[in-house]
Amino acid sequence: MSLDQFLQYLVSGLSQGSIYALVGLGFTLIYAVTKIINFAQGEFVMLGGMLSFVLMESAGIPMVPALLLSIIIAVVIGAIMYLLAIRSAKKASEVSLIIITIGAAILIRGIAGEVWGVDAVRPPFFTGEKSISFFGALIHPQALWIVGTTLMITILLHLFLSHTMLGKALKASSINPEAAKLVGIDTRAMGLVAFVLAAALGAIGGVVMAPLTLTSYQVGVMLGLKGFVAASIGGFMSPIATVIGGILLGVVESLAVGVDWGPFTSAYKDAIALVILLAILLIRAGRLAAEERGS
Amino acid sequence: MRKWFYLLLAVVMLAAAIPLAGVGCSSEKEAYVVGAIFSTSGAASDLGVPEERTVNMMVEEINDNGGINGHKLKVIVYNDESKTENALNLATKLMEQDQVLAIIGPTTTGSSLAIIDAVTTGKTPLVSCAASIDIVTPIEDRFWVFKTPQTDVQAIREIYGYFEEEGITKIALITDTSSYGAAGRKYLLEEKSTYGITVVDDQTFNSGDTNMQSQLTHIKGTSAQAVICWATNKESAIVAQDMQTLEMTIPLFCSHGVANQAFIDQAGEAANGVILPAGKLLVVDDVPDSDPQEEVLTKYRDDYEALYGAGSVNTFGGHAYDALSMVVMALEEMDEDLSTAEAREFIRDYIEDDVEDWPGTGGVFTMSPTDHLGMAPGSLALIKIEDGEWTWLQ
Amino acid sequence: MLAKASDKWVWIVAGLLLVLLILIPFKWFLGPYTNLMIFIAIYTMVTLGLCLLMGYSGQVSLGQAAFFGIGAYFSAILSKTYGVNPWLAMLLGATATGAFAYVIGIPIFRLRGNYLAMATLGLGIIIYILFRQLGQYTGGPDGMAGIPYLSVGGFAFNTAFRRYFLIWGFCLASLLVSQRIVNSRTGRALRAIHGSEPAAESVGISVSFYKVKIFVLSAVLSSLAGSLYVHHLRFVSPQSFDFLASVVIVVMAAIGGLASIWGAIFGAAAIRILGDEILPRFENLSLLKSWDLDYLNIIVYGLLLIVVMVFMPQGLFVGMRDAFERWRLKHAQREAVT
Repeated sequence: MSLDQFLQYLVSGLSQGSIYALVGLGFTLIYAVTKIINFAQGEFVMLGGMLSFVLMESAGIPMVPALLLSIIIAVVIGAIMYLLAIRSAKKASEVSLIIITIGAAILIRGIAGEVWGVDAVRPPFFTGEKSISFFGALIHPQALWIVGTTLMITILLHLFLSHTMLGKALKASSINPEAAKLVGIDTRAMGLVAFVLAAALGAIGGVVMAPLTLTSYQVGVMLGLKGFVAASIGGFMSPIATVIGGILLGVVESLAVGVDWGPFTSAYKDAIALVILLAILLIRAGRLAAEERGS
Repeated sequence: MRKWFYLLLAVVMLAAAIPLAGVGCSSEKEAYVVGAIFSTSGAASDLGVPEERTVNMMVEEINDNGGINGHKLKVIVYNDESKTENALNLATKLMEQDQVLAIIGPTTTGSSLAIIDAVTTGKTPLVSCAASIDIVTPIEDRFWVFKTPQTDVQAIREIYGYFEEEGITKIALITDTSSYGAAGRKYLLEEKSTYGITVVDDQTFNSGDTNMQSQLTHIKGTSAQAVICWATNKESAIVAQDMQTLEMTIPLFCSHGVANQAFIDQAGEAANGVILPAGKLLVVDDVPDSDPQEEVLTKYRDDYEALYGAGSVNTFGGHAYDALSMVVMALEEMDEDLSTAEAREFIRDYIEDDVEDWPGTGGVFTMSPTDHLGMAPGSLALIKIEDGEWTWLQ
Repeated sequence: MLAKASDKWVWIVAGLLLVLLILIPFKWFLGPYTNLMIFIAIYTMVTLGLCLLMGYSGQVSLGQAAFFGIGAYFSAILSKTYGVNPWLAMLLGATATGAFAYVIGIPIFRLRGNYLAMATLGLGIIIYILFRQLGQYTGGPDGMAGIPYLSVGGFAFNTAFRRYFLIWGFCLASLLVSQRIVNSRTGRALRAIHGSEPAAESVGISVSFYKVKIFVLSAVLSSLAGSLYVHHLRFVSPQSFDFLASVVIVVMAAIGGLASIWGAIFGAAAIRILGDEILPRFENLSLLKSWDLDYLNIIVYGLLLIVVMVFMPQGLFVGMRDAFERWRLKHAQREAVT
């Protein structure tokens, strides 16, 4: 592997990793506030991308309003999902909630397939498609948009959580829901806020990545899974940890292709992410068990 | 709340009963019933949807023109959701419950292979719309099975022949790990030595991957003079685009799996320069009048695009056209008072013995007891995409 | 529970159902539905495992299709490629799957809830990738055809009619064996765990041991079902064991009810009949010409999951049974009053 190639693997991994990070942020946010893993998170990424295409190409809305509108529609769907499915399942067990979000995921996917059909689509690029050279490594302008958006969102999310009243309330109900209730925070409203924000994050991710990655009704599953891996590398704790997790995953996957591993061809790329996931979960299981023994 | 749930349950059950009650009755001659299994959802739906559309279009046209010798034609289309297990269930259902005279489809190689046993024991002719040569070989075990699409090997020979002419000897492969891509890869590797070709890099990716830059960076580091990508639309489009991003100048060759407008839409500018083997359907206007297929190609394209929009025609629907046409030709010649079993046998014998020099959309077919594909050579064209248009590279 | 007098009725109803079950595959009765019924039996076995796991450990596995697949591929590869006796292959497959579930169950069951769900999901997808990638053994994404039939002596199970009895025999046996386990010491321990883990732990029940045990049982049931599946279809390919396949098993278990043994039949039957017989009829209605309802089944599955879990977290079958019991109780009380 030459230095040029190595740099290219890094850059490609970075742009792919930003995508995982964007998806992972939604998982982290919802989990931190509600302790629910939203299996439908990937579907919101799909919705963002598909809606932006439909609004621009079929409805002929100019780019910027179309992008905003797609995010708004996804947010509304996220709110409906929370209010109808999650909140009405009062006192549901963790398992029931997992199954409900899976149900929501396949419902959204099914309706999307029914309405928009099977073909993958490509919304227009934000700014051209002439590659930009970066110390000899080439990067697509849209990939720069993705990386930039990821950074922006991470910073904004960080500021929001630590410097605004609503953000602090969200954080409080994630750390100690009972205490949060005592100081007058409506923890159920916080659940709604978390789902709405996560839907928005997912949709923003979808909107920014779709021109580069193409999108179709069925992209949600794998994206959701990779995003989940990113979030679990980051420990579901902070936005910044999630972004680091996502980028790590992207770079590892990219380098795995570059290193020739004999029988382990690039076909095992997805398996790498899952093995990392299992390893992290098992390490965590060990720690959880140790904590329980300790307490 | 709970009360509403039971009400909802009752409504769902009632709604479920409605179509069960819908029993068709007609005063005319009994309709000829043909079955079809297409993947109209799931991984292979790019292919299955145009096949279903084609069949619906043909049925309507035939029945508007008075049917087949006064019998209406009815095609029962089932969706296997791109899953082999479903295909087998559906084939059994078509044969036993629906008593169809013949089955066309399935869309995918896996599904087709899965139902061969069933149609053989059920003694029902099958005209498959899937690519692999294994569907009709070994011929001793494929008595009831025919197929219409060109095989992967034919397509690969077309590309390799071109390489031979152009003096390209070192190539890189990048293939999907799906059934389609894996079959392509197998034959690409098998056929290479005949044409004096060396494969200098052999990369793969998974269906649904959104970035092939790493694999292409790997290829870029080799001495390959051309890249062959064996996959369907979306992944091929990403490969084309990532090659552009990485400023790779060697030509990209794709499979006949991308022979449809959606690929050009998805790959955008990056589609230009891509070369692929495909049926002549895409370049109808370039086909000379002297070509035996010219008439059927023009008619099919015009009919299809009139219904489904300009530029919508693709070769997959054409395979279903060819398959159903063969069955319909048999039905036209069939005596009316045959039992279902006799009719099935008649259709099989007819396709094997009487489909001779018949121009379809995929090629000119001559079936025989030793060849259940029967496609004459020269049925594929090498097509290059230029300015978003298909052009015949003669 | 049901009173003594109605016990007799239970036996009569069960007997009638059994007679019905035996008559179904005959041509003059419901012969065309033989295949459908065979799949119901196979999926009942898989669903049963998950019902028990969810009901007794309060945990969900999103990778159940993987065990189903391991059994299927074990039987397919051993009996076709290596010419091993299909029965022996089935036994080896079940043993191997059980051992595998045990080995991974120990670490994995230290996880809970969301993490366990994700771990099983990841595991399921890794195994699915292996089915696809180990082409020299599994036939790759195209799968393998021509797997031999099961046979006893010279009697081959080479017609759907014969396999119907074989596979339903297996299915009923699994149900009865599971019922015995649930009513045994293990079952009581499991119920104690489900009630309160710390309480169970404090009376000396090893919680993780029993959870792993039920996980192994569910894996073995799935593996047996997988073996029967390939000897019925004579074909196997990875698509039957992907993520959606695992989700469908979860749907069946959700319909059938958690911790309910006989609910498994109900869940498997409801979803297979819905997916194979009822929904396709809607697809063919073609209400709107250019709009086929190709995704109707996953839309319906999604709705079912949400609605059932929101309103009846114990599962549709159990929920309906409980509702019936409540109604009967109320009715009886009213009668007692008047």
